[in-house]
Amino acid sequence: MGERTVIPFGPQHPVLPEPIHIDLVVEDEHVVEAIPSFGFIHRGLEKLVEKKDFHEFTYVAERVCGICSYIHGMGYCQAVETVMNIQIPPRAKWLRTFWCELSRAHSHLLWAGLLADAFGFENLFMQCWRIRETVLDVIEETTGGRVIFGSAKIGGVRRDVDNDTLKRCAVKIASAAAEFEELKKVFRDDYSVKQRLCGIGMLSRDDAWTLGAVGPTLRGSGVRTDTRLEGYAAYNELKIEPIVETACDSYARCMVRMHEVTQSFDLIQEIAARTPEGPVFEKPSGYPNGEYFARLEQPRGEVIYYVKGNGTKNLSRFRVRTPTFANIPPLLHMLQGCELADVGLIVLTIDPCISCAER
Amino acid sequence: MKPLAMTKLSLKSLFKAPATVAYPAIPREYFTGTRGRILIEPSTCNLCVICDVRCPTKAIKVDRKGQTWTIDRLRCIQCGACIEACPRKCLSNENRYSDPVTHKETLTVPIPFVPPAPKPKPATSAAAPTPAPAPAATPENSDAKDRPV
Repeated sequence: MGERTVIPFGPQHPVLPEPIHIDLVVEDEHVVEAIPSFGFIHRGLEKLVEKKDFHEFTYVAERVCGICSYIHGMGYCQAVETVMNIQIPPRAKWLRTFWCELSRAHSHLLWAGLLADAFGFENLFMQCWRIRETVLDVIEETTGGRVIFGSAKIGGVRRDVDNDTLKRCAVKIASAAAEFEELKKVFRDDYSVKQRLCGIGMLSRDDAWTLGAVGPTLRGSGVRTDTRLEGYAAYNELKIEPIVETACDSYARCMVRMHEVTQSFDLIQEIAARTPEGPVFEKPSGYPNGEYFARLEQPRGEVIYYVKGNGTKNLSRFRVRTPTFANIPPLLHMLQGCELADVGLIVLTIDPCISCAER
Repeated sequence: MKPLAMTKLSLKSLFKAPATVAYPAIPREYFTGTRGRILIEPSTCNLCVICDVRCPTKAIKVDRKGQTWTIDRLRCIQCGACIEACPRKCLSNENRYSDPVTHKETLTVPIPFVPPAPKPKPATSAAAPTPAPAPAATPENSDAKDRPV
């Protein structure tokens, strides 16, 4: 048994753009214990509800995270709409679902590129991001923004997309989906990818469930769960089958995300064909008075929004439980016993978003 | 498990046009709906200050006394709240981003708005003393919140 040493990992690290800090207690080259610390990019966004009008706060909610920005804004709107008992028009629901799936596809493609870059496969990294550009173009064409969609609004959506544009976008997505299938084969079959991911960062089904993992981290450990099955927005009219892998390692988590991109591309095309006609906005009246928990499926997993209104223009409480926050205990469990050289890769397989987690 | 699963994709890329454009030699094409910088049509603006009030980042300042409309483009998040709120529809999104800058500066646009003269009240009788004229809606005595939209 070697001497124990503490090696700091992050907040600045070449593998990760996210400012996560973990103190790694290592014995020789094996991690014995991982101790996280947070707070490097805490912005106090939840406190802003006391100063911002509840309509204006949608802009703040969208900026909780840059990658899943739309679902943050939409989750907040959905929670406030439920408190205010607003029924949004069906077309708005379908458009919200359309943008949710675009958000999921681009987030997973971004993550796949980062993963490829983390294990030194730069060619694969660039191919992932090339396909992601098509998705970002569709997002820009339909919402006007590439990263911050700016389309969430209490009572519906802020801009309508005509059916011709939706069909044109579906064609672009179909082309991206065909290109992605070739890329997926590389992730599925390539020797280097498998050598780097298989058997790394094991998280058993029981551990994943007990430690409260969410999203692809949980589904990669064989648990069939997906918050989209709750049927929010237009998901109750779509057939969603959770992607589950049972290998419980980094490769399983990677393949869950790969299959989810294909699923999202299929859903986007289906939504573009089935979106009903009608208005996209129902003007809300009054102020929210009451409280509600909204649950949605973000690309990284289940996210929970809690809002509490007191009948004034400012909410009295807003709270977000982001998927990265829930995935930290499973991550620490995965890190115990792993090789020091695998730490960056394992941290990446939960798709950490520290700006989400710290808000 | 294949040793060179990426080879086919890499070889195809060799014979394809580059995925990137040679910017700035080839300018980027924006979409029609791209939310870019905010523009104002000064001749239509009536200095109602609604855009100033509704801007979530306080990037817009309307000076009714000096008759100017000012925007800090680095604060503006191009959300379009001002465009939605403007009753005269004088604000719009251009579908291109703001120009890059090396230091923080604001853009001030003079607004040539002339407030309408108050309508004189009809005299009740010839013998009645002439009432004092109603104060004009000058910036000194008008409040933004009380102004009719």
